[in-house]
Amino acid sequence: MSAFTSQVINLFASVLLLIAFAMLAQRRIVTLINLFAIQGMALVGSTLTVAWATGQHHLYWSAGITFVLKVVALPWILHRLIRRLNVKWDIETLINIPTMMLVGIVLVVFAFNLALPISEFSQSIARGTLGIALACVLMSFLMMITRSKAVPQVIGFLAMENGLFFAATSATYGMPMVVELGIALDVLVGMVILGVFMFQIREQFDSLDIHHLEKLKED
Amino acid sequence: MGELPELLAIDAAMAVVVAWFAVGLAGLAALHNFSLVARVLFPLSAALSLALAGTALSALPGAPQTAVLAIGLPDLPFHLRLDALSAFFLALLGLASAGISVFAGGYFRRGEGTPPGLLCLHYHLFLVGMAMVMLADDAYAFMVTWELMALASFFLVTTNHRIAEIRRAGFLYLLVAHVGAIAILLCFGVLQANTGDYTFANMRAQNLSPFWSSCAFLLALFGFGAKAGILPLHVWLPEAHPAAPSPVSALMSGVMLKTAIYGMVRVNFDLLGSPLWWWGVAALSVGLATALFGVVFAAAQVDMKRLLAYSSIENVGLIVVGLGLAMVFAAYRMNSLAALAMVASLYHCLNHALFKSLLFLGTGSVLHATQERNLGKLGGLMRYMPFVAWTSLVGVVASAGLPPSNGFVSEWLLLQGFLFTGGLPNPYLRMLVPIFAAGVVLVAALAGYVMVKFFGVIFLGRPREDKLAQAHDAGWLERLGLAWLTAGCVLLGLFPVAVIEVIDPITYAFLGRGLAQSGRAGDWLLLAPVSAERASYSPILFLLVTAAIVAAAFVLVRRFYHGRLRRAAPWDCGHPMQTARMQDTAEGFGQPIRQIFEPFYRMHRELPTPFDAAPRYRVTVEDPLWAWVYLRIAAATEAVSRWVGMLQRGRISIYLLYSFLTLVALLFLTQA
Repeated sequence: MSAFTSQVINLFASVLLLIAFAMLAQRRIVTLINLFAIQGMALVGSTLTVAWATGQHHLYWSAGITFVLKVVALPWILHRLIRRLNVKWDIETLINIPTMMLVGIVLVVFAFNLALPISEFSQSIARGTLGIALACVLMSFLMMITRSKAVPQVIGFLAMENGLFFAATSATYGMPMVVELGIALDVLVGMVILGVFMFQIREQFDSLDIHHLEKLKED
Repeated sequence: MGELPELLAIDAAMAVVVAWFAVGLAGLAALHNFSLVARVLFPLSAALSLALAGTALSALPGAPQTAVLAIGLPDLPFHLRLDALSAFFLALLGLASAGISVFAGGYFRRGEGTPPGLLCLHYHLFLVGMAMVMLADDAYAFMVTWELMALASFFLVTTNHRIAEIRRAGFLYLLVAHVGAIAILLCFGVLQANTGDYTFANMRAQNLSPFWSSCAFLLALFGFGAKAGILPLHVWLPEAHPAAPSPVSALMSGVMLKTAIYGMVRVNFDLLGSPLWWWGVAALSVGLATALFGVVFAAAQVDMKRLLAYSSIENVGLIVVGLGLAMVFAAYRMNSLAALAMVASLYHCLNHALFKSLLFLGTGSVLHATQERNLGKLGGLMRYMPFVAWTSLVGVVASAGLPPSNGFVSEWLLLQGFLFTGGLPNPYLRMLVPIFAAGVVLVAALAGYVMVKFFGVIFLGRPREDKLAQAHDAGWLERLGLAWLTAGCVLLGLFPVAVIEVIDPITYAFLGRGLAQSGRAGDWLLLAPVSAERASYSPILFLLVTAAIVAAAFVLVRRFYHGRLRRAAPWDCGHPMQTARMQDTAEGFGQPIRQIFEPFYRMHRELPTPFDAAPRYRVTVEDPLWAWVYLRIAAATEAVSRWVGMLQRGRISIYLLYSFLTLVALLFLTQA
């Protein structure tokens, strides 16, 4: 194991984290989707590096699926969706962006602290990146909370899955193939269902603003 | 060929349980075949009950037997154990259910709610549940069969489920039963002392600190109290007993309440080891409050089955008082006296199982003959239903605790136990316990009053309604059941020494002492629990002397007074007209008690004014605990629910925030 490979993996990990921050700060939906695609690309790169360095063949398959699904298929579906729904404009966040960045930094510190004892047990070459993976998950979650429109929330959900996937590859050389296939399928199906759901929301309320869902609350 | 393995009593008991289950399934197969279910299956089940009683009685003096059943979860089989205590309660179950099952064969009618086959299944599952509770030797088997018992009896209570009131009663019963079951489960959780081994053998071996054993005691008192009808968890009894068909009421009141007593004895004397003195005082106080409350409310009832339900509450209270006294004595190592109190308590269990079943079955016959539960519309039934009336008279005498009945023996033993509390080392207890004794005497006296009301209003006097003249006596199966229970009451009353010898192995097992040698006093006729100089009682002598005096008086009056029997109108006090409605009513008879104990009740009275053209009098008596305890709990629950409801904001961001915070908090905790 060369120091070079682990440096490459660390590079991809930091790209992942950087994109997570970028997504947190991004107001435009189109850019958000592109960032998501780039994050997927970084994930593919890191997975390939790990696969090459350790000779785990199934990780090539994982990388392939990730590429097809997260770099090509999902961004394409999302682009189509926003064109059909005609929601390309800016999105306002519930909390202003500088505050969110600060919260994000706190989350990263928390995630690194959390991952420290776990990564000491791990045998993986990429064990140092577990904290980054956890931070990605938490920040995607934060994004879901602070966006008031449906499409960014879906993107947040997908980004969270990216973080989980990265955690899996970095900590244990990926999950078993069956699990990965299952998750991939879940994400795809979830995407389709959420797409249908968004059309239904717009039909019902003439807007994609999920504030309108408050009307469903029982008094 | 090897020798045939000796048939153990526990195997025989299990065989009866399996056979009961099979009878229940046969009922399910013949869902609508009424005559098969009533004429074949129920009498068959009664024969099985007798077999169980015989098996249990033969096993009572022997060493405990254990078995492991391979049913249950993987690696978690049912452990069974048949020791003296289980055998005693199994015998109680067998003796009482034999009479009740025969009666049930004649009682259930076509077209009443649940189909007969399904009823048969529920009934037998109920029996199976009760028998298995008494055999269970680990918490898992105990809880599963305890729940089986609760669920089966819930379906039996709601046999006439088309009536909304009955559904409500059933729900209340189920609710209280489950609250109690949670407490019992927690109690077992405390008893296993973090070893993860839930067998009773392990619980016996644990040595709990006083704090934890007190926790276990209180949980057991609460949990089993919910099933037994201890204050303030008694509310389901007066609702569920009238709602259920009479044989079911008999089974629930006579036997199911005793499973709760069994549980209390099992936990407090067997699993927990030596009790603390204040447990005894707690049990005494709760028991006495329950008994007093039950009897005072029984006096105010106008529905005959509600009256009996409250009377059951009273009897359970007395039994718990006996257990409490035994705990007080045991805490001070006065084991002979503890054995005396415990024998009194267990004896009363057996008595109550028989006489209360008898009375409930009697009300069932009256209900079928007249379609009436309201005491105000009954009366004079002794002429039309002599068999039911005479058997009920025996039950009433027993319930009132009059000699030479069985009820007298157990209450007398209990009071004997109280007379020795002067020897207790704790001065406060010495002062306190006589007050409990006085309370018990008050309860016993009031119980007599209640029973006079019950019997007098139903069977004596003149019919208050015209239709009562058409009332018919019970059928032959019903008579057989009544006769069996009557005979049981009489024999238990006449041969107390033999009964105490049967109970003795239990007190030997738990307290190391028995009553048999001292109780016998060298004489099978004379019962002398402590010493013959102090107090003794011979029921057969008493019966003979009483009978002789009554016979002598009868003969003398016939011979020397007028020598004739004539039927004539009684003196009418100068009133020109007399109707049956001018007799003393149930309300009228209970009125003095309602006056004296007025603070106990929540009464609503409507009195007519002198100028009413159509005067109406109405009085309803309600349970104050319902308003004080249950309605407040309901209001508090609603308030808390409204609080929790505030979590529902209708905004996805907030919901996501909840998950996020939970996640972060959990991650933080795993790190720490």
